[in-house]
Amino acid sequence: MADRITLQVTRYRPEQEAEPSVQEYEVPLHKDWAVLDGLNHVKDHLDGTLSYRWSCRMGICGSCGMTVNGEPKLTCATFLSDYAPGPVRVEPLRNFPVIRDLVVEITDFMTKLVKVKPWIVREEEKPLSDGEYLQTPAEMDEYKQFSMCINCMLCYSACPVYGLDPQFIGPAAIALAQRYNLDSRDEGSADRLDVLSEHEGVWACTFVGECTRACPKDVDPAGAIQRYKVTAAMESVKSFLMPRGDR
Amino acid sequence: MARRSPEPLVWLAFSAGGVASALLLPILLLLLAVAVPLGWVSPPDHDHLLAVVRHPITRLALFAGFALALVHAGHRLRYTLYDGLQIKHLKAQIAMLCYGTAAAGSVVAAYLLFIAV
Amino acid sequence: MSERSERTTSRYTEFYPELYRSPISIFWWLERRSYLLFVLRELSSLFVAWSVVYLLLFINAVRQGDAQYREFLDWAASPWLLVLNLVSLVFVTFHAVTWFNLTPQAMAVRLRGRRVPRSWIAGSAYLGWIVVSAFVAWLLVGA
Repeated sequence: MADRITLQVTRYRPEQEAEPSVQEYEVPLHKDWAVLDGLNHVKDHLDGTLSYRWSCRMGICGSCGMTVNGEPKLTCATFLSDYAPGPVRVEPLRNFPVIRDLVVEITDFMTKLVKVKPWIVREEEKPLSDGEYLQTPAEMDEYKQFSMCINCMLCYSACPVYGLDPQFIGPAAIALAQRYNLDSRDEGSADRLDVLSEHEGVWACTFVGECTRACPKDVDPAGAIQRYKVTAAMESVKSFLMPRGDR
Repeated sequence: MARRSPEPLVWLAFSAGGVASALLLPILLLLLAVAVPLGWVSPPDHDHLLAVVRHPITRLALFAGFALALVHAGHRLRYTLYDGLQIKHLKAQIAMLCYGTAAAGSVVAAYLLFIAV
Repeated sequence: MSERSERTTSRYTEFYPELYRSPISIFWWLERRSYLLFVLRELSSLFVAWSVVYLLLFINAVRQGDAQYREFLDWAASPWLLVLNLVSLVFVTFHAVTWFNLTPQAMAVRLRGRRVPRSWIAGSAYLGWIVVSAFVAWLLVGA
């Protein structure tokens, strides 16, 4: 294995250019180095002006998502040796506007996340003196997979529907809504229904399935969405067949 | 309160149509559009076919299958037009075109299966 | 500093300079194999619609009488129609296969507390397909 590899990194400096360009950097190729290590080497030794996000470097914070050789990846979990002899193309996460270099604007996702109320919603909270909410392993199993989401947005990058129509609420938001809908402690399904059953909610999804393929945490957002479509459709049938009293 | 959009019910019809078309169309096409015209299988006797098609259960099953398959196709094509041609701003017209055609086809199927046959 | 000319949808980005948004090509679906397969799967709906039309025409010929039925079969054997129907057969089969393969992902079935494996769900769908096809075949050419 050669001991160097070339990174072709997208640069975008809005104060000096109207469009992104590509800059090449040659970095050491260590067996245990991820793309993120390569970028850190660039920043530390070759070009301190390169801007990008990262934090935990172990696949749990969701900060370092970028497009590597055309695929949405966590750069801390993608190894340079897998791309040897290279070159490796590193671009900002697709489907998001670019602020600078490899840094993308994620406010859209942040607003959508809040809209689905990703927290336990209850009519009445139990007083502390009553103790904890109890949950069986089976009950936890119902939503556990969807709780693995680290908000890295690789799924949004992979989703062609989101790319074509940024109003689509998107895979992670729906998966996180499901994480709470399916939680036995939660009573907020009806609240989330309004947001999710808008036209740009679950119904804009055409089950491409790319989100599930891109997810580094095996959340299976596509599965969450299809299951929610069934739930929402059943709700619709119920409200159609039975007079709508109070919830 | 959730807006009373027909979207979820349309999606249910789309799903049912997906199952119906997946189960019925391959074998029907294989036999009636390929094998019989090509002579791989001798053509079924005309009177037998007529008797089968005239049976009330066949009429109902075929009508349901055809109508649902048409709604399925219309729904999928609607979203393909949105995403493929990127014309989501023409939402209303596209929806009318897709479901309207599906509805028209269903009416023709109903006439054929319940009145003409 | 370049002047800020682009409006963004989010109110929190007012103080960022020019956000760059790369345009999406109308041939976006050709850029990845998985996107291409997806679009082909969606276009199978065109052939689903044609199949329904063809079958309605077939039924119409049958109800008109034996002579018209034979004539219809001759017409169905004409080269272009055969090609169309062969292509349709491929596409509706592709639709069926992709549909049954995706069914497990849309359902979480639990039996005695454990998740039913995906292969079982897909397997039962395929089994149902075989049973229905066998029945239809028997009904048409076997009985």
